[in-house]
Amino acid sequence: MDDIMAENDNLILAFESSCDETSVAVIKNGNEILSNIVATQIKSHQRFGGVVPEVASRHHIEEINICIDDAMQEANVSYDDLDAVAVTYGPGLVGSLLVGLTAAKMVAWAHDLPLIPVNHIMGHIYASAFNQEIVFPALALVVSGGHTELVHMPKKGVFEIIGETRDDAAGEAYDKIGRVLGLQYPAGKKVDELAFEGKDTFNFPRAMNDDDNFDFSFSGLKSSFINTVHHAEQINQVLSKNDLSASFQDAVVDVLVHKTKKAIDDLDVNEFILAGGVAANSQLRNEFDKLFNNNYKNIIFEKAPLKLCGDNAAMIGAAAYPLYQLGVFADNSLNANPGLEFEYKKD
Amino acid sequence: MNILAIDSSNKPLSIALIAENKIQATKTITTNKKHAEQLLPIIDDLMNVANLKPNELNRIVVAKGPGSYTGIRIGVTAAKVLANTLNIDLVAVSSLETLVLNVQSDDTLVVPMFDVRNDNVFTGLYEKKNKKIINLIKDQHINIDDWLEQLKLKQAKIIFIGTDIINFKSKILDYIGDNANFVNGIDNLPQASNLAFYGSDKEVVKNINELTPDYLRLTKAEVDWKKTHPKEVNKKYVEKA
Ligand SMILES: [Zn+2]
Repeated sequence: MDDIMAENDNLILAFESSCDETSVAVIKNGNEILSNIVATQIKSHQRFGGVVPEVASRHHIEEINICIDDAMQEANVSYDDLDAVAVTYGPGLVGSLLVGLTAAKMVAWAHDLPLIPVNHIMGHIYASAFNQEIVFPALALVVSGGHTELVHMPKKGVFEIIGETRDDAAGEAYDKIGRVLGLQYPAGKKVDELAFEGKDTFNFPRAMNDDDNFDFSFSGLKSSFINTVHHAEQINQVLSKNDLSASFQDAVVDVLVHKTKKAIDDLDVNEFILAGGVAANSQLRNEFDKLFNNNYKNIIFEKAPLKLCGDNAAMIGAAAYPLYQLGVFADNSLNANPGLEFEYKKD
Repeated sequence: MNILAIDSSNKPLSIALIAENKIQATKTITTNKKHAEQLLPIIDDLMNVANLKPNELNRIVVAKGPGSYTGIRIGVTAAKVLANTLNIDLVAVSSLETLVLNVQSDDTLVVPMFDVRNDNVFTGLYEKKNKKIINLIKDQHINIDDWLEQLKLKQAKIIFIGTDIINFKSKILDYIGDNANFVNGIDNLPQASNLAFYGSDKEVVKNINELTPDYLRLTKAEVDWKKTHPKEVNKKYVEKA
C-alpha cells in the first residue's frame, strides 16, 4: 500500500446507475475523491427528448465494466485495499438501478467485501460532505429532474421528508418549458443562461406559497407558462425568450426559497444543504447565499460542489461512509427499489 | 477447471457449478421470485456446497439472450462483472441454444422458442448432428405464423422445445403436422449444468467489457428515431463527463 494510505483509512468503491449516468468512484474516509468516473448518456437521450428507460439500461451494461476498471485504475488501488462496496438501490429507474446493483453485488461477493445499500437522495445530500462534515440537526433541499424534497435530518442516519413536490419535480418543469422554448433536453442550464439576460415581466403564479405545509407544486406554473406562449403564438405575438425564462426561473426560485425559509423558521437546524442537479442553477445558489448572509448568519449553508450536483458515484461513496460506521450492510438478496423513500413526516 | 454457469434469461433461473468435469451443484427455479433477489444467494449457496471460494473460479458461462429484458440484463451484467473483477474467462451462449442442449437425440432439427406476446417469438433453427449443434437459421424475433411457414418447407422432423411451446402447440401442429415433436416437462427448462459443460471448451469472449445481451430487438424509441435519421449509424452516444 502507498504511503498516502494510512492503516485505518477507509476505502469504499461506490456505484451509481439510477438514471442516465453510469458512475463508479473510489472514496477515502467519506470525504476524499480518489476517482469518480461518470459516463453520461445525455447525447443518446437527446435523440428522444428525454430519458428512455430501456435505452438507459442498455447503455449502463455497455459502460459498467469500463467504469469499474477506470475508477480502480485512476484511484490506483487494488481490490485488497477496499473496505466496502456501496450502491444506489433506489429511487430511480428499475432497469437502470439493476445494472449498478448487480455489478456492485458481484464485486462485493467476489472480494468478500460488505455491501452498503445507499438511498440516491441521501447521496445527493452527502455531496456536501466533500466540503465539510454535516453538522446535525440539518435540513436539505434536494432539487433535480426527478426530485424536489425538503429532508430533515435530526441526527446522523435519520432522514425525514417534511416537504415534497405534489406533481412535477423542479428539473422536470425546466425540461418541459424548455421544450416549449425549443431548447434541447436537458434544458435547465440553457434556461438559467437565458434568464440571466431577461426580466420577470410575466409574473407567473407561485404555487402553494401561502399553504401551511412544506410541499411544492410546479404543474400550475408550467401550465401558465405554456398557455402564455401558445396564446402569443395564436395572435402572432413574439415573446422574449429571455423574459419568459427569467419569469419562469424567478417563480421556481421564489417558491424553493420561500418554502425552505419557512422550514428553517419552523425547525431548529445547524446546517442547510442545497443539493441535486438543479442546485447547479446559478440564480438558486445566489438567492440562497443572500438569504443565509442576511437572515441566518448562525446557520451553516453548504452547497453541493458544482461538479457533484448531477448524479455521480462519489456522493454515494460519501453517503455510504456513515452507514459503514453504523454497520448498515445489505445481504446477497438486496433488490432495486425504484420507489424507495425516506419516511414522510407531517408535523 | 471450476465453471459457474448462469441462465436468467426468462422466468426459469438456472445456475450450476462444475469442477473437474463433474457437476458439483445445480439449482433451477421456476417461481415468480425476482431474479435480482435470487441470483446471488443461489450462487453463494452452490459455492458453499462445493466448498469453493470466488477466486477459485476459472470460467463463467452465461446465457446472453434473447429473453426477458430484465432477465438477460441481470445475467449478463453479473457474468461480465464477475469475469472481469476475478480476471477469468467468460463464455456467452445463446439462450435459445442453451435449450437445444437438453435434446438427447441426434440427427434432428431443433426449434427452441420464447413467447414474446402479440404472436411473436424469439426463435432460431438448430440441427443436432454427430453430437454437435449447428445453427441453421440465426436467432430472431419473428411472427409465429411467418416462422412456422418457413419451418414447414423443411419437410423434416422437428423437435420443439421451451416452456412457452405449450402456447403455440396447436398452431405448430396445424403447420408441421406429424413432423412436430415435443419434449416432456422438465426438459423444457434451461439447465445451467448443460450450459457449463457446453461452455467448457467454447471460444471465450475476447473483450469482456464490450459484451452486451442479445436483445434481438431495438426499443420502440430507437426504431422510430432510426426511421427519421436513416443516415446516422454507430455514433458514440455515451461519453465520459
Ligand atoms: Zn439524482
